Amino acid sequence: MQMDLRTVSIQPLRQTFSNIARRFGDKPASRYQEGTYDFQSTVNFHYRPTWDPDHEIFDTARTAIVMADWYAFKDPRQFYYGAYTLARAKQQEAAEANLGFVENHNLVATLDADLRQRATDLLLPLRHVAWGGNLNGASVCAYGYGTAFTQPFIFQAMDHLAIAQYLTRVGLLLGDESLLDQAKASWMNDDAWQGLRRYVEDTFVVKDPFELFIAQDVALDGLLYPLVFDAIVNDVFASQGGTAISLATQFMTEWFKETRRWADATIKTAASESAENKALIEKWAGHWRDRAAAALRPVAQIAVGDQADTLIAEQVEQFNARLAKAGAQV
Amino acid sequence: MDMKTSSGKKLGLKEKYRHMTRGLDWETSYQKREDVHPLVEYEGIKIHDWDKWEDPFRLTMDAYWKYQSEKERKLYAIIEAYAQNNGHLNVTDARYLNAIKLFLTGISPLEYMAHRGFAMAGRAFPGAGPRVACLMQSLDELRHAQTQIHSLSNYNKYYNGFHDPAHMLQRVWYLSVPRSFFDDAVTAGPFEFMVAIGFSFEYVLTNLLFVPFVSGAAYNGDMGTMTFGFSAQSDEARHMTLGLEIIKFILEQDPDNIPIVQRWIDKWTWRGYRVLTLVGMMMDYMLPKRIMSWKEAWEVYFEQNGGALFKDLARYGIRPPKWLDQISFDKDHISHQAWATFYQYGAIADFHTWSPTEDELDWLSAKYPNSFDKYYRPRLKFWREQAEQGNRFYNKTLPQLCQTCQIPMVFTEPGDPTKICYREVDYQGEKFHFCSDGCKEIFENEPEKYKQSWLPAHQIYQGNCFPEGTDPTAEGFDPVSKVLEYYNIGFGQDNLDFEGSQDQKNFAKWRGMATSNE
Repeated sequence: MQMDLRTVSIQPLRQTFSNIARRFGDKPASRYQEGTYDFQSTVNFHYRPTWDPDHEIFDTARTAIVMADWYAFKDPRQFYYGAYTLARAKQQEAAEANLGFVENHNLVATLDADLRQRATDLLLPLRHVAWGGNLNGASVCAYGYGTAFTQPFIFQAMDHLAIAQYLTRVGLLLGDESLLDQAKASWMNDDAWQGLRRYVEDTFVVKDPFELFIAQDVALDGLLYPLVFDAIVNDVFASQGGTAISLATQFMTEWFKETRRWADATIKTAASESAENKALIEKWAGHWRDRAAAALRPVAQIAVGDQADTLIAEQVEQFNARLAKAGAQV
Repeated sequence: MDMKTSSGKKLGLKEKYRHMTRGLDWETSYQKREDVHPLVEYEGIKIHDWDKWEDPFRLTMDAYWKYQSEKERKLYAIIEAYAQNNGHLNVTDARYLNAIKLFLTGISPLEYMAHRGFAMAGRAFPGAGPRVACLMQSLDELRHAQTQIHSLSNYNKYYNGFHDPAHMLQRVWYLSVPRSFFDDAVTAGPFEFMVAIGFSFEYVLTNLLFVPFVSGAAYNGDMGTMTFGFSAQSDEARHMTLGLEIIKFILEQDPDNIPIVQRWIDKWTWRGYRVLTLVGMMMDYMLPKRIMSWKEAWEVYFEQNGGALFKDLARYGIRPPKWLDQISFDKDHISHQAWATFYQYGAIADFHTWSPTEDELDWLSAKYPNSFDKYYRPRLKFWREQAEQGNRFYNKTLPQLCQTCQIPMVFTEPGDPTKICYREVDYQGEKFHFCSDGCKEIFENEPEKYKQSWLPAHQIYQGNCFPEGTDPTAEGFDPVSKVLEYYNIGFGQDNLDFEGSQDQKNFAKWRGMATSNE
């Protein structure tokens, strides 16, 4: 039996906005579509930026990637603000429960001193890497082109900030404030971190939004997250009695799995547009992958010593396979 | 979020937040600071210590998500219920919808621009505090753009004029007024952007811009608009705090900043005030159930509240914005002058205009005893009589536009409401025209910027506002219909008088269906 609740039904004049209808026909549209397509201005700008008079406010020429339509990009998660916020709220609830569990059961006390030290040395300076990711997300969101492409980057920016904040909390579980200061000192001065810091600082001056996406979200995040949070924390540390750490950083594992799908879709769309795009993406991805892998080696050594080379080789292999699937051979 | 360190010491909110933001930041050494943040110097603003920035709201991301998601859940539940229940039939009168069309085409795409603009500002500032605050606002502004389009999506299904807001913003003549305002702000440097949008717009003028629309919705049975407005309220409160903080921060950093900031306050108050003409007109003419007059709103929200603010800023050496005398004189006039303009140009606008009813004329007389009966009522009565005889007046000659604010040159001389105000400047062998001393001075301060203005009337005359492939030399070429095509304004649907419009007929028919058994 079906319930037959009735409402006064009025025939609508149209199903959606004209810009959506021009793209997909006049049929009911999703919130993602209505909230995304064509929102950004593309014509008849009034003034050139005083800070960049060679370009319009929004200008396709800021990147070497060429798209016939920048709305060819589509976020497979269909994130607009509401969908994004609801998804993250759910994840933060889980993260809160995990951190609370570790804290309330004093699981940090169950870690042996050596593991605790290695976890501290590995994870806490990564706060600064995530803070760099926040800046780069802002860059691409600000200077990229077309809402379908730029919108996910404000989410990336804020996610990176959140990760920096979660790592801060992990630090405060592992010890006290002084650990954060020590970690910053390592980030600034220890040899093991200088390759990575140089990498991050070099991305700050990358002007091409698409290259910056490759350098930050594809190459660096694409190697760092599976290496640190899967291979090291979830596998190595967990096998050494460190499930508490794994629990406390679960947000990062889940987050990477989810955002990777979006990054892959973005690469795929741009790479399949033209041979020129594909070649550029391959060049950038190859260049930044090599730099990221090299920068991560001494960092991984902090946590897993001699195993680092093997782990990184595995990650690079997986990374290459992942990009091949997205249409880029690196 | 309750947080203890493992040593058992509980961190205070401030301390905790410090670790969560500025504790993350570092001085770069592999790349020079001026290469990482190249935009902080060129406006001449001097910042000596970014750490003096007081974070106006200490919100970590997890708390942000939690709080915002609760608001989103509620908002979208109401949007859905409103749509399912044909809530649009509960508004006071279908004329009301035109106020919302103005909002959707004139404001929502600007919320989007604010999203991008705050991303630019957040990227530009080297300080961790302002960066986080700006980026959070960038995210909020995306929220506002999207919740507005989602709320109004249902109106678009049933009424005309809602169907292409972002397209129209970039083309339709009067929409170049709000659009150029925001284009102006984002093409300025990051500090000026913050003074323009964060301070002048979000702090000083928000009660005159956002609030009248939302209150208008509440007064006129529009729960859809009201709900997104109220849902945005706590975001706006954060944004206002940021706007005030940035101005105090800049002023406290160096005395050399004071004259620069003063010039920006003068400029952006005037620019903002000119944009508010549209809101004034909406309040006085477009709401069937009125909240208060434009004049009253200006007196309460600017003269009283703004007066207190500028008294407070006086200790930094900031004086109230320029041209307030003129604004004060003009408050009796601008809404009437604007409505008369839209009434005349109703054939090329994406919303309807109409002759006010006798009751409404009386309300206007009572609210504007110094001006309405003397200058404006007779004209409206004349137009109404003409319309009743089948001679509804549509002006077919394009007006001259002000080079700065881009409003047609319809405003009158300060002190003489019978004389149109004209100002002009010769620059590089060309003549530029202005509606006021304010707009003229703004041009003179930055002529290289404002000579670029994309003026819709000029662009039409230059042949740049026809659909691609149009041949203006072809026989029977009708420029108006081609311009409407370029605007994507449907003739006889989106434009012309409310009387006789599809909106009017459909609303009456549907309301009948919903409230009777016919």
